[in-house]
Amino acid sequence: MAITWDFAEMLAKESARDKFMLKLLELAKTNKNIVYICSDGAPVGSKQDEFRKLYPEQFIEVGIAEPNAIGIATGLALSGKMPFVNAFGPFLSLRATDQIHTDMAYNDVPVRVIGTHGGLTSGGGPTHYTVCDYAIMRSIPNMTMVAPSDANQCVKLIEASLTYPGPVYIRVARGEEPLVYKDNDYEYVIGKAITAKEGKDATIIGVGIGVYNGLVAAQQLAKEGIDVRVLDMHTIKPIDTEAIVKAAKETGVIVTVEDHNIVGGLGAAVAEVVLESGIPCKFKRLGVPDVFAELGTPEELYAYYGYDGNGIIKQIKQMLD
Amino acid sequence: MENIDMELVRRLEDKAADIRKQLIDMTYAIGHAHLGGALSMCDIAVALYYHFLNFNPKAPKAPDRDRLVLSKGHSGCLFYNIFADLGMYDKEELYNGYNRIGGRFGQHPNRKYIEGFEASTGSLGHGLSIAVGMAFAGRMDRARWRVYCITGDGELNEGSNWEAMMLAAHHQFGNLVAIVDRNRIQGNGWTEDTVALEPLASKWESFGWEVRVIEDGNDMKQVVEALAALPPSDPVERRKPICLIANTVKGKGIAFMENEPKWHAGGLSKEKRDECIRLIEEARRARG
Repeated sequence: MAITWDFAEMLAKESARDKFMLKLLELAKTNKNIVYICSDGAPVGSKQDEFRKLYPEQFIEVGIAEPNAIGIATGLALSGKMPFVNAFGPFLSLRATDQIHTDMAYNDVPVRVIGTHGGLTSGGGPTHYTVCDYAIMRSIPNMTMVAPSDANQCVKLIEASLTYPGPVYIRVARGEEPLVYKDNDYEYVIGKAITAKEGKDATIIGVGIGVYNGLVAAQQLAKEGIDVRVLDMHTIKPIDTEAIVKAAKETGVIVTVEDHNIVGGLGAAVAEVVLESGIPCKFKRLGVPDVFAELGTPEELYAYYGYDGNGIIKQIKQMLD
Repeated sequence: MENIDMELVRRLEDKAADIRKQLIDMTYAIGHAHLGGALSMCDIAVALYYHFLNFNPKAPKAPDRDRLVLSKGHSGCLFYNIFADLGMYDKEELYNGYNRIGGRFGQHPNRKYIEGFEASTGSLGHGLSIAVGMAFAGRMDRARWRVYCITGDGELNEGSNWEAMMLAAHHQFGNLVAIVDRNRIQGNGWTEDTVALEPLASKWESFGWEVRVIEDGNDMKQVVEALAALPPSDPVERRKPICLIANTVKGKGIAFMENEPKWHAGGLSKEKRDECIRLIEEARRARG
């Protein structure tokens, strides 16, 4: 089991966007096959700008044209390169869906797409929220869909992706988010859930910020004598069926937490596994309730839609009553 | 051009007639194919695969090969016949494996099943971006190979083409050539009645490309002239990427299909098949 922070005493935050760029800067120095592709995304003074200056031949700015970015990345991958496409998640996952489906996935090439501004983190309203990416990527054959739970895990994911076959979509938040893990030496495998907290009374299965929110809830519930397991389901596809079935069997109560529409995302994926397993299990999905979400900060919105720590606590108590 | 090798032209014309016949035979055998656009670009494809393209059917993934991205994936059936003719598989396999469960030959090509294809395509407006990605890779590797992308004209309705055109011109690729199969008919009817493309050459030019028009892209002499006149591929030289707009006739070579939108795709009875073969052979004889 990985060691997580006790959130009563630790609230450090870091940006996965910054961390993966630092990692790519490090990797591009020796790995000349790495190509960084962005969509109007390298303002002066940014790490992206630094990448352009240090490795101009490994840097491609396509302008505001996400479909073209994916097509170009596919052409590069078909020629033996390892492209990382980085742009706003809403536009990559929606505007470039056809290219992701046909160019990346059908051609089955190792393009890594990093969609930022995941979930409701953009502050830009419904045009800039990313609440369909899990559902879309999950339904495309050959695709792997991953959303790391903190900035350090994002670095581990970038490392793991270097030898991972086929196309990968990576979702990160817009800005800083709390660190989940105290010790980063834990084993990270794409497709394998991490037990962030053991527990026997219920299981919270979270992805992305859902893991942090789930741990906040679980730590509070522990003080009240309720022992809740938290699974970090960083990989939406391929989903870790074994961990889900085990949770259903051992705890009998599952709550999923995702910064995504509850339709088609993590909750739907877990529900499919639980139902097909035949194991009786109380089940609830928490996330954006199939609406174009309100305006506000991410934290305000998580609370408003009931998938912050308090919302999860309320939900678990209700189910254990 | 005075130095045109007429023997080469005759040889390629003959081959184009052979491939047209094979396409007709395949369509008769399997019941349905996208014939119109395959026939319009047949002469260009034959000139490329039987002369201009650095492509070895025995080593289709040789690192130094030229890349050809077929953006108009629905013309994959033409390439299926070219690859069969080049000995990459036999026709029986093509006929038995076309659009069937377990078969390798779909209406749109899958590169994982047939090595001759550089990319799996089908959804229109994707090929040029993929080709630009390859041009980037060629430049990074200082490779001498060239990237060709064959697009339809109707598919230029798709906005992604223009994203790719802008970027390619911005980076001034000397290793990239786009070829537009300008047969003037798309699924619905005439391109100019659907969403007018003209003035097409000046559109490409205004996007930063050097445009060369092949007045008759079904005249092998003109096709050979245009392809022979291309400057050598250069990964680092910065110049305008080249677009060949080839004016062609949809259904070319089969009188009753020519300029007939309904022959975008279809099947052939035994009588129609025989008539097609007769028309192709008559045209061959007329050429001498």
